[in-house]
Amino acid sequence: MKRWFQSKSINTPSPVAAVLSYLVLGVWAFLILFPLYWLVITSFKISSQVAEGPFYIPFVDFKPTLDAWKYILVGDLSNDTLRNFTNTIIVAPVSALLALVFGATAAYALVRFNYHPRVGAIMTFIGCVGLSIVFISMGVPWQIALAISAALLIILLQTIGRRFKRALGNNDIAFWMISQRMLPPVAVVIPIYILFQQLHLLDTYAALIITYVTSNLPIAIWLMRDYISTIPIELEECASIDGASRYRIFWSIVLPLAIPGLIATFLFVLVFTWNEYLLALFLSSAKVQTLPLTIAAQNATRGPQWWNMSVLILIMIVPVIFIAIVLERYITRGLLIGAVKG
Amino acid sequence: MNTQPEESKPSRFHAVISSAADRLARSVFILPTVLALLFLSIFPLLASLYLSLAKFDIAIGGYKLTFVGLANYKKLFTGSEGTHFLGKFAPNTPLTWIVFGVVVIALAIFLARYLLNAKVSIGGLIGRILLTLGLGALTWMLVHTLWNGGRLGTASITLVYVFVGIFFQYILGLGLAMLTVQNLPGRRFFRVIFLLPMMITPVGVAYMFRMLTDTSKGPFTPIWQGLGLIDFSWVNNAWGARTAILIGDIWQWTPFMFIVLVAALESQSVEPLEAATVDGANSWQIFRYITWPAILPVSMTLILIRLIEAFKIVDLPNVMTNGGPGTATQSLTYHAYINWRALNIGASAAVAYMLLFLVTFFAMIFVNLIRQRTVETL
Repeated sequence: MKRWFQSKSINTPSPVAAVLSYLVLGVWAFLILFPLYWLVITSFKISSQVAEGPFYIPFVDFKPTLDAWKYILVGDLSNDTLRNFTNTIIVAPVSALLALVFGATAAYALVRFNYHPRVGAIMTFIGCVGLSIVFISMGVPWQIALAISAALLIILLQTIGRRFKRALGNNDIAFWMISQRMLPPVAVVIPIYILFQQLHLLDTYAALIITYVTSNLPIAIWLMRDYISTIPIELEECASIDGASRYRIFWSIVLPLAIPGLIATFLFVLVFTWNEYLLALFLSSAKVQTLPLTIAAQNATRGPQWWNMSVLILIMIVPVIFIAIVLERYITRGLLIGAVKG
Repeated sequence: MNTQPEESKPSRFHAVISSAADRLARSVFILPTVLALLFLSIFPLLASLYLSLAKFDIAIGGYKLTFVGLANYKKLFTGSEGTHFLGKFAPNTPLTWIVFGVVVIALAIFLARYLLNAKVSIGGLIGRILLTLGLGALTWMLVHTLWNGGRLGTASITLVYVFVGIFFQYILGLGLAMLTVQNLPGRRFFRVIFLLPMMITPVGVAYMFRMLTDTSKGPFTPIWQGLGLIDFSWVNNAWGARTAILIGDIWQWTPFMFIVLVAALESQSVEPLEAATVDGANSWQIFRYITWPAILPVSMTLILIRLIEAFKIVDLPNVMTNGGPGTATQSLTYHAYINWRALNIGASAAVAYMLLFLVTFFAMIFVNLIRQRTVETL
């Protein structure tokens, strides 16, 4: 009797514990899968089958149709779907990749170098940016306003900026970076819109990619910082003694060791950019719209088109699931390295 | 801790070049990021600060901004937006005084303990006084709006979403992670399944939950009927609607906690666990003294990231309940969004800035006190 409660090894649960574990896992898996099942069957319904109350099992409760799938994939909406799907496929991976490159280098720098930005210099900089905004809002052309502020900044930095010796450290820089995600998108979207309007970049891939890269950089940096700090510094010291440059060390020692972490971070950032809605709504008007916009657009004047939405949501998650399955083993191993030190 | 090589060999020309390039590495590695963040983050930050101090009007051929000082903020605290933002305050009762008093005493003890400590610095003191005042004010607001006769404002509702949501996401994520690191057949299948909710676009999740929580056409209709709740609608009951939104939030973001914690647990070395088992430790002791300290640092980073993201919740209340009944499910971001839709850009920016203060306040507490202390005591 006792062996039912005893585990064979440290990681293998006893039979009773295993049954209980499966029970809990099964319940949670059901809670995850049921909403998705409901999406799948809704995608095979027509409006009357949704409106007349819940029908659960296709062929038994209701007669499934491919109307919504046809409408999205080959019918009226197919051009939109195809265009937005292509846009998403271009924008999301490129943004994730760029965020990864910059994130990894910055994270490496934050782990291995010490920075001491002076408080005086930072205050001067913020003051000058504020000044240029005031100028622009007063009607001065932005080129002139920026030039004046930049000149003022350089003068002040050389004079007053040197007075204040108080400096910040790496942790403050990291906190500043993550704090860039604190302002809600609603608040930043108008300034960003105006910015890209002035640069004549609205409705281009560049606008979306630049915005996504910068908005996801902080998360990439924070995750990568954890991974890189677990790589033993001795390896780099050896390489340095052998005459390798910083770039060489980063490229041939740090990056290969951080590959699992890189892949995990890539996946997180990919998911965030793949699914982003509000910024895409503003920065794209026709050419570079992404799929989340198509989903939201199904909330038409006749009420939400549940069946179309379901099809679109399903189409959207298939590529990500595929990537996730391929990369799952790396995620686990990736975060495993990062997890040694927080 | 500067690990740059101190010696350079100026004897050969390319050595000079490469050592110069090496000294530049400090800047090369971080400058692109800093410039990108400055380019796209500082400008919107300052621009929306200016907007929050201004009145936005549509004028002929565009728009017009009038500087109005702190009027937008004043409206949020004392003016027409006051009950929307802060909530309706219940009258004082002895019980509210007791609850508030207990918190104040706890905060006073916290301050006194710091002052009696030998290492008092001005920065630390100012930070702690701000923390005490901030937490005191937030407690005052929460106690009086949660009480009978009070009504939650968007600030309190956001706090409820953030803290209840993160609490359940973390507990569930940790529990599931601990179950799936066991040596069970099929655990990788469960791991992939458990990741799915995070992959769906937030707008999609919101619409999906609106379908599921529909009491007359959703899949749980028979259950509602069985409970005699056929006329019940989430949209009519404040806490019912908030619960529905919280369930959606927890459903979507538990995977984020889950997958990172799985990895943290897997990275544990087995030797201490085996040693503890040999010494006769029970599983609770093993968890408390070996596993918990090992996953604490990762947990702190995770909770910080989720804290920042959770404050921005907007899709679920917008799609599921339209913020209703009344304003009962509106988060701060949603509050900003309503003002913004009504072209009150200034008021919207003011709400966004209040949100920014609130997030910064909690993130600072978290980073400087909780994270530092827990990670240092290891």
